[in-house]
Amino acid sequence: MAYTIEGSSGAWEVVIGLEVHAQIISRSKLFSGAATAYGAPPNSQVSFVDAAFPGMLPVANGECIRQAVRTGLGLNAQINLVSRFDRKNYFYADLPAGYQISQYEHPIVGSGVIEIELADGSTRRIGVTRLHVEQDAGKSLHDQDPARTFVDLNRAGVALMEIVSEPDLRSPEEAGAYVRKLRSILRYLGTCDGNMEEGSLRADVNVSVRKHGEPFRTRCEVKNVNSIRFVMQAVEAEALRQIKVWEDGGTVQQETRLFDPSRGETRSMRSKEDAHDYRYFPDPDLLPLVLDEDWVAGLRAELPELPDAKRARFIAEYGLSPYDAAVLVAEQATALFYEAVARGRDAKQAANWVTGDFFAALNRLGRSIEDPPVSAAALGGLLDLIADNTINGKIAKEVFEAMLETGEPAAAIVDARGLRQVTDTGAIDAAVDAVLAANPDKVAEFRAGKDKLFGFFVGQVMKAMAGKGNPALVNDVLRGKLQ
Amino acid sequence: MSLDPATVRRIARLARIRVDEAQVTQMQAELNAILGWIEQLNEVNVDGVAPMAGGSQGMAQRLRVDAVTDGGMADQVLANAPDRAGAFYAVPKVVE
Repeated sequence: MAYTIEGSSGAWEVVIGLEVHAQIISRSKLFSGAATAYGAPPNSQVSFVDAAFPGMLPVANGECIRQAVRTGLGLNAQINLVSRFDRKNYFYADLPAGYQISQYEHPIVGSGVIEIELADGSTRRIGVTRLHVEQDAGKSLHDQDPARTFVDLNRAGVALMEIVSEPDLRSPEEAGAYVRKLRSILRYLGTCDGNMEEGSLRADVNVSVRKHGEPFRTRCEVKNVNSIRFVMQAVEAEALRQIKVWEDGGTVQQETRLFDPSRGETRSMRSKEDAHDYRYFPDPDLLPLVLDEDWVAGLRAELPELPDAKRARFIAEYGLSPYDAAVLVAEQATALFYEAVARGRDAKQAANWVTGDFFAALNRLGRSIEDPPVSAAALGGLLDLIADNTINGKIAKEVFEAMLETGEPAAAIVDARGLRQVTDTGAIDAAVDAVLAANPDKVAEFRAGKDKLFGFFVGQVMKAMAGKGNPALVNDVLRGKLQ
Repeated sequence: MSLDPATVRRIARLARIRVDEAQVTQMQAELNAILGWIEQLNEVNVDGVAPMAGGSQGMAQRLRVDAVTDGGMADQVLANAPDRAGAFYAVPKVVE
């Protein structure tokens, strides 16, 4: 069922395109040798090129170009062997040159595609229009002083990839899934850390609305949205605003807007009418960027296994559901952890433990997959004890909790606490007999046809055995004695 | 191609150059003279020549190695700033 918003005049479709700015991982900036590390003292990572001192000339960083091409390959996109840098002219305090070096007419990467996964298990292919390389601007701090804005140029000149999607997205959920998937691909490739809080990944959201079957109506651009949740909220808030404008008899004006998360609404930046007149022209300081076809082919051959391929392999190799596989491949570190647990073991059970108790523990303890409270080897050791019938599934959860607390291996905890499951049929017989003797009324009811009481008996026996009975044997013995 | 006064005023505004009303006519004439001079290039036959933005055909940009070789000189970078606050540039408040 397609996503629509119900207005007073009926259902509206939402049309969304995203421009994602992703900071390229590199040691030095796109056109200067200044460092790129986040959080350095103000203006300590600024060269005369970045500060646009007269006469300073840009020289492009080969690693940034390599990263952009690898990203293009990861998006199944066309790589343009000849591209060019242009100047995008505008005035702002954190842009010292008065222009941003970007790529306008001839980007380094052409059209590609990203496959997104939705909550109902379906997938959609979203077109990528282009990817181009450009400089980031400096950072303006507006809240440090009542009369002045402070400017830090450490970020000025850091390499960005702008990744532009086709207007193929149709709901807040799809917009969120697109950013999530793009971030996952970038992180697999190691071309952007995807950290939205630090601003290394930011999205501009283009939104318009229309009636079913209509051509596109006028769109508005919501700038600098810095979390996936805000992307989804901004889409909905802006769509609702535009529907109201149209239904009140007005016309949506093309403009740039800001999303205010505290109010959950977008507002106009009240920019001047010529804010978009950037007067692009080729940067005369930079020759055309020409790539060698064999070099590109070499980069393609060295790409890591990307999320889509990994997910397909997890489904085929481990028999996982598409949903579990998607969860496990979203982060490369999670996929590695899972494979270390699953290797040589029951892969489905490993998936259940990783996505279940293990993820819950990460959340509860505020830990990350890079710094897990229980290692993959230790979790594997616990699963081995289940597999060889040393403990049952219920006791395993108890052991897992103890592993979190103590950091001890599963086998040591099982031995120290006497949690080894009872497979001695004599002990199980005795426990079953005691439970049946204590509940003659229930036994009569069961025999009269009340089948679901079986669960009650299992529970009572397990309780009597402090949870350590082998579940299969308890079932067998109970069934035998009750018949 | 020739520029009208409104375009001259618009270009000046985009470039943040103040042009008094009295100067517009003179500026218009100067800019049109430059455009006329550039337009002479249209007389050159470029059949079979790929569009070029700079350099000459076959030239490509050289790339540098990704190494930190610059920075760490906030005081020098800030030396010409009209105003500063600590190691920040300070500019009149930019309100959005």
